[in-house]
Amino acid sequence: MASTDTTSTDAPAAGSVEAGLDALETTQSSRIPFRRTLIDKILPPLAAIAVVLLVWQGLITLKIVDDPTKLPTPGAVWGAFRDDWLQGKLLGYIWTSVSRGLLGFCLALVLGTPLGLLVARVKFVRAAIGPILSGLQSLPSVAWVPPAVIWLGLDNSMMYTVILLGAVPSIANGLVSGVDQVPPLFLRAGRTLGATGFRGTWHITLPAALPGYVAGMKQGWAFSWRSLMAAEIIANFPDLGTGLGQLLENARTASDMAMVFEAILLILFVGIAIDLLIFSPLERWVLRSRGLLVKG
Amino acid sequence: MATTLAKAARSVEYAARLEHVSKSFATPGGSQLVLDDISLDVAPGEFVTLLGASGCGKSTLLNLVAGLDEPTAGTIRTDGRPALMFQEHALFPWLTAGKNIELALKLRGVPRPERRGKAEELLELVRLQGAYGKRVHELSGGMRQRVALARALAQESQLLLMDEPFAALDAITRDVLHDELTRIWSETGLSVLFVTHNVREAVRLAQRVVLLSSRPGRVAREWEVGIPQPRRIEDAPVAELSLEITEVLRGEIRRHGQH
Repeated sequence: MASTDTTSTDAPAAGSVEAGLDALETTQSSRIPFRRTLIDKILPPLAAIAVVLLVWQGLITLKIVDDPTKLPTPGAVWGAFRDDWLQGKLLGYIWTSVSRGLLGFCLALVLGTPLGLLVARVKFVRAAIGPILSGLQSLPSVAWVPPAVIWLGLDNSMMYTVILLGAVPSIANGLVSGVDQVPPLFLRAGRTLGATGFRGTWHITLPAALPGYVAGMKQGWAFSWRSLMAAEIIANFPDLGTGLGQLLENARTASDMAMVFEAILLILFVGIAIDLLIFSPLERWVLRSRGLLVKG
Repeated sequence: MATTLAKAARSVEYAARLEHVSKSFATPGGSQLVLDDISLDVAPGEFVTLLGASGCGKSTLLNLVAGLDEPTAGTIRTDGRPALMFQEHALFPWLTAGKNIELALKLRGVPRPERRGKAEELLELVRLQGAYGKRVHELSGGMRQRVALARALAQESQLLLMDEPFAALDAITRDVLHDELTRIWSETGLSVLFVTHNVREAVRLAQRVVLLSSRPGRVAREWEVGIPQPRRIEDAPVAELSLEITEVLRGEIRRHGQH
């Protein structure tokens, strides 16, 4: 062997060149200051909301729309919010819907995840139900409300059924596309490390598929929320408790336009809030930890 | 007992032994022979580079030795499951540098309390102490390959297979990594089978250079590299031998243009 004496003289030089290269090629990432975030991210949507409110008020003040049963004033809608808040009913409406929505979503997660894995990994299952699963995503879940009412009657289990039928396909499909997009290199690397069979699925495939899975969860939540609102509007029954969909339907029967606006805005904001509080941070964390999210 | 003794005795003989290995792939026009009757030994502690132009099936050969694919004919024996390093770092982006190494330890059955310390040791070996908690995307190309090397070493395999691991790096980084690999090889006593298309790299690193011909891949010639380490890629003897090998390699490639 003509090779042994390598370390003593050469190593320090090599080491310091290396340290220099490492320092040169490592990018420093710093936190964005709050002022920047305020100007870049928070101010623009606030400005947009202000413009909408101004136009809305303008339509009424300039008497372009002059019929409070068609378009209430922003003040009247604010009044509807305030009354419900002061009567202690506002949080009750929100909680009824949100608890249903989140519980239904969790059930969808429990069912959709193994289903997605099965479709992704078993050829026969994929050929059998893969196309139906992605086709179901384009079926508006409102369509499930009438059969669900006939099967299960007007109760909570019917609501959950409609949520499941809306969300399970999204979650399963997200996982399937996540698994499909796992780079083959990771699987080969995993195999050389000894991750085969179940260990390969657990240590390599599932974590590698996480971005697609989270995207599917995000879409699944949007579908859950929509299906639930449809179910609440159509299946309006006092014993079920008043959620946001029922609030909207009640407002319609009472011809109370301010309350209709209140309900619509609540449905919109709660949907956005859940996404902003739960799913967007989850997605950002998954992508950022993999270096897939470039700070802008 | 007798079998384990026999195994131990045999494992001293070679780190990898390839006997009359052939590989063909099914193509629309029939089967295509990629590797033809390759016999090759890698001795324990030996550093061998496999050199060849594109289409010589060097990566296919490495996959066979790694056990990722089966030969069509012939036998491949290795002393345990070899570690494999790719041209792309193939680090898992959902884990930190340290956790990537720990995963290799875990899959090998190293108990949890020992993993952290071993991972830190391996990072130190590739001079990346302090990179334990770094995410893959926070590391430079050269650092990623060093973590990948540390992860391969974590397998504590007798044989390290390297598939053009430095091909995507810039020249200075590659040069530094050549030094590192030579140092780690001599410190650990590993056997290395290193695939490259870069003649100078092959001569810079190896004790023995094996030249493969293309389509199908056959062992065309072998050179013992007697130049003492530490070598540099710009050393005169390295350049001289590289020139000689390049001439033979060109001859091999030229044959394909004639028909």
